[in-house]
Amino acid sequence: MNEALEAIKQSILEGEKKLTDSKSVYEFKKSFLDSKNGKIGQLMKEMKNIPKEDRAAYGKGVNELKEWATNVFASVEEKIKAKELELRYKAEKIDVTMPAKEIHTGNLHPITQMRNQLIDVFSSMGFEVYEGAEIENDYYNFTALNTPKDHPARDMQDTFYLSPEFLLRTQTSAGQIHVMEDRKPPIKIISPGKVFRSDDDATHSPMFTQMEGLVVDENITLCDLQGMLDVFVQKIYGEGTVTRLRPSYFPFTEPSVEVDCSCFECGGKGCKFCKGTGWIEILGAGIVNKKVLENCGIDSEKYSGLAFGIGIERTAMLKYGINNIKLLFESDLRVLKQLDD
Amino acid sequence: MLVPLSWLKDYVDIDITPHELEEKLFSCGFEVEELTEVGKDISNVVVGLVKECESIPDTHLSLCKVDAGEHGEFQVCCGADNVKAGGKYPLALVGASVYATARDHKTVEGVMTIKKGKLRGYESFGMLCSGVELGVTENMYPGAEYNGLLVLPDDAEAGTDVKPILGLDDWIFDIAITANRPDCQSILGIAREVAAVLNKELKMPALDYTMTDVKKDGFKVTVEAKDLCPRYIAHYVHDVKIGESPLWMKRRLALVGMDAISNVVDITNYVLKEIGQPMHAFDCEYLEGNEINVRRADDGEKIVTLDGQEYELNSNNLVICDGVKSVALAGVMGGLNSEIRETTVSVMFESAKFARDNIRKTARALGKRSDASARYEKGVDEYSTVMAMKRALHLIEELGCGKVSATEVEVNTGNSIEPKEMKVSIKKVNGVLGIEVPEDDIKRIMESLEFAPEINGDELTIHVPAYREDMESYPDVAEEVIRMYGYDHVVPTFMPAAKVTMGGLNLKQKKELKLKNALCGVGAYECIHYSFFSPSDLDMLKLPEDAKERHAIRIMNPINEELSLMRTTLAASMIHAMERNMKKGNMEGRLFEVGNIFVAKDLPLTEYPDERETLCVGVFGADEDFFTLKGIAQTVAQTLCLEFEYEPCEKSFLHPYQTAVIKCEGAEIGYLGKVAYDIVSELGVRGSMYVMEIDLKYLSQWYNRKTMYTPLPKYSEEKRDLALVMDKDVTCGQIEDIIKKSCNYVKSITLFDIYEGEQIPADKKSMAFTIEFCPKEEAFEAESVDRFVNKILKNLKRQMDVDLRS
Repeated sequence: MNEALEAIKQSILEGEKKLTDSKSVYEFKKSFLDSKNGKIGQLMKEMKNIPKEDRAAYGKGVNELKEWATNVFASVEEKIKAKELELRYKAEKIDVTMPAKEIHTGNLHPITQMRNQLIDVFSSMGFEVYEGAEIENDYYNFTALNTPKDHPARDMQDTFYLSPEFLLRTQTSAGQIHVMEDRKPPIKIISPGKVFRSDDDATHSPMFTQMEGLVVDENITLCDLQGMLDVFVQKIYGEGTVTRLRPSYFPFTEPSVEVDCSCFECGGKGCKFCKGTGWIEILGAGIVNKKVLENCGIDSEKYSGLAFGIGIERTAMLKYGINNIKLLFESDLRVLKQLDD
Repeated sequence: MLVPLSWLKDYVDIDITPHELEEKLFSCGFEVEELTEVGKDISNVVVGLVKECESIPDTHLSLCKVDAGEHGEFQVCCGADNVKAGGKYPLALVGASVYATARDHKTVEGVMTIKKGKLRGYESFGMLCSGVELGVTENMYPGAEYNGLLVLPDDAEAGTDVKPILGLDDWIFDIAITANRPDCQSILGIAREVAAVLNKELKMPALDYTMTDVKKDGFKVTVEAKDLCPRYIAHYVHDVKIGESPLWMKRRLALVGMDAISNVVDITNYVLKEIGQPMHAFDCEYLEGNEINVRRADDGEKIVTLDGQEYELNSNNLVICDGVKSVALAGVMGGLNSEIRETTVSVMFESAKFARDNIRKTARALGKRSDASARYEKGVDEYSTVMAMKRALHLIEELGCGKVSATEVEVNTGNSIEPKEMKVSIKKVNGVLGIEVPEDDIKRIMESLEFAPEINGDELTIHVPAYREDMESYPDVAEEVIRMYGYDHVVPTFMPAAKVTMGGLNLKQKKELKLKNALCGVGAYECIHYSFFSPSDLDMLKLPEDAKERHAIRIMNPINEELSLMRTTLAASMIHAMERNMKKGNMEGRLFEVGNIFVAKDLPLTEYPDERETLCVGVFGADEDFFTLKGIAQTVAQTLCLEFEYEPCEKSFLHPYQTAVIKCEGAEIGYLGKVAYDIVSELGVRGSMYVMEIDLKYLSQWYNRKTMYTPLPKYSEEKRDLALVMDKDVTCGQIEDIIKKSCNYVKSITLFDIYEGEQIPADKKSMAFTIEFCPKEEAFEAESVDRFVNKILKNLKRQMDVDLRS
């Protein structure tokens, strides 16, 4: 009997070496351990033919063999599986330097990106966003903004007229008036939008985007204007950027100023970018002309205001180093794809 | 405006450099756009005294010995015919820079550096120069344009720099003047500001003259159009001798870009530049009827101006007439019939204020601009009108070209030219600025600007000169104070007194931003196109005559026809954007734009049009088809928490069988489809384009829909796959609709296969759907889903003759 067990043991040890894959392991294992047809299973069936006094020893021997065989098969299985996995990985080897399967995302227009950045800054300062209409009438675009009838800005040269009364707004300031008519101070709004002027060259487009800002409250001064603009330029162009005011003229503000910020390329030392001056012109601003407040029914003795207007294309062009404004309106994907923040 | 430094120095002592002056002007509101030295390209050219001059045999050349004072004596070969011993000429030393001229000796071809040279074997150490080589014109120095050497005056000292002698050491400031300061559109106006900012005295130009006893009896001036001409002054000058102006006047006119014509005409131009008041001189011989009348032109009236051009006028134009005819187009140009000639012996000077918008409109309407009209357009003040006449009469005397008669007629509307008193609160002035400007500084600044200030407690009284029409109330005073006190005194604060306000985007703006970001997420790039488009775009889209898109608002004065209509659809711009990309080799892409279309109630506009915010998406390239664009439409729906439905439709510019109308809650809100092949090929490109437009303004009514949580199903859902056979023209949408209506437990219906071929009849197609059923209050019983399916199949059979595929 021992010989029979030993023979099985031997055949397992020999057969095991030839196994190459999980399927043959399974078949081989089955040929021994299957309770009906397996060779070790058969041994168990032989039990009834064994003399009673030998049965215990026989049973023990067979069980030991079964346990031994189970362990052998488990380790073989483990080895083969590891090998198979290795092969599978090998077979799936790729050239990781091949091109990616790109998941294209688009991006917002640079003007929208710039506009969103500005909105973020001013929203955090408590400004609401008001979007006026592109088509305005003469009163809101000019008269209410203290641009008298004989003012050169009203000339056909500069303004697109749709009828004697209606025109394409030349400035987002037109929206100021609607807001001031509809609300009582305190007012803090920014008004981004398309504006139109009859200009067409490398730096002028007949349509461009402005963002107007307006604050009306008690005791608003020129100091507040500069303080607020300092915060603005620091958030957009970085800590340490400062502004400089210099006198200018807009009909709807008095005093009016041009605002320069210290050059964000050279920090104000003077470079090619700022043409050696250390300053870059960024916007026009001023204290709201009291006639404009009065036109909107706001008590100019009690309230004062500040206003500013930023050209968004100009800001974006400075930021990205674009020298022709037309590029922004041509929708050339080669351009749009580059301009993402 | 061009301002020569030398001219400015007549009125103010300027003891700082031109660049320092530029800074000063900048600080008080006058940006110098360009600062140029007149002789910027000329250097190392000195007075040369020719001591010996011998002609070189067989050449046109002369060999000269030139004394250049401290620089030494040089041998110079010279080809000019007017060189002679004892003469003084400009000598460009070796290393000097002068202008290089072409063979004609007149055309400047660049700047050259003088080197030691050899001509016909003779060494030459420098060059004797012509006026052209130094950039000097006849008006700056007589004889400068002679084709030979420029002859310097006898008293010029050999070896000294020629630049001061020729006026080349001068500087020209090109200054930008803001629209509120027409009083600074003159040399004197700028001088006032310079005097104020440098704290120097302003020296006024001489205005005195002596009148003769001569009178022009009976001469009268009538101003019919008083609204357009508040002040008109005429002064008669007799014993006029027309001739050339002196060098100093010609040179100054040349520096500000004006040609010298004759003494009397030059005086009017000189005064225009100096005082900022346009003037005119009529030849009295040709004024009929002994009178001047300022009136609106008659419709159809004609005038021939100085330059010989004829214009037909109407009542919008203002004319100056004598007793019989019009003699000038007011504020623009004089008439040919009364121009100053060499033979003129008596002159009627005119100094007048005309309404600026009238002059502007006339100049624009007739396409005729002059120095005078350009000046009037900016606004002239009556103070200067009066001063200019005095100045012109003074100059007549100074130049000795006429005698000032006792006949001066002035017609005015009673506007004062005296300073106007104005009282403001110092507290309010400082309130605008946010800082306390010391009283002494306020007083000093007001004095320097000639406002004659008095301070009494908080009250500042100033006397505003009549030329400062911009001064109206305390903010104007605040501006004057701060621009002179210095903006660097402003202390930045952050609205310490202001109330806290809530900022940020409103619902519509937030949704729009979310939508744009979602579209970027599906690979689309945002575009911005002009709000206007071309009438030819309507034809490109093959829109029928009665299409609503053709009811577009027209711009009265467009830049060109291509940009003359306000958009009624965004599709045309989008198709052009795809076209441009394809032509540039970008063969695939996704683009979107959010912009307004403009829907007019009536044309021309009588009320605000409806500006409808619209989304337009364009996709192109081999990988795109109708369904990829429809997928983007679904992204829009999901982003806005809406459901869209699609039905076949037709659009003039889209594929007749690949176009759908988009509906939301039963309303048409847009369309999508493939751009028609003939349009694509007419644009000269190859490939497929798809376009979609969605009316966001309509959708915005649902932006405030609340998002609510739907509890997850308590009981398990069941799915059934059904392969159905039907006629080929039955749509997926129709089947889905029947299924949905047949059973309200249906949660979703998904098409997963379409088949046409041998296994089914030739006129049929098969569509296979997965239907998901979701239980509501209780779990499904064993047979309930079968019951639903049977009902669905029955309805499909009855309504669309659809069978279950066997």
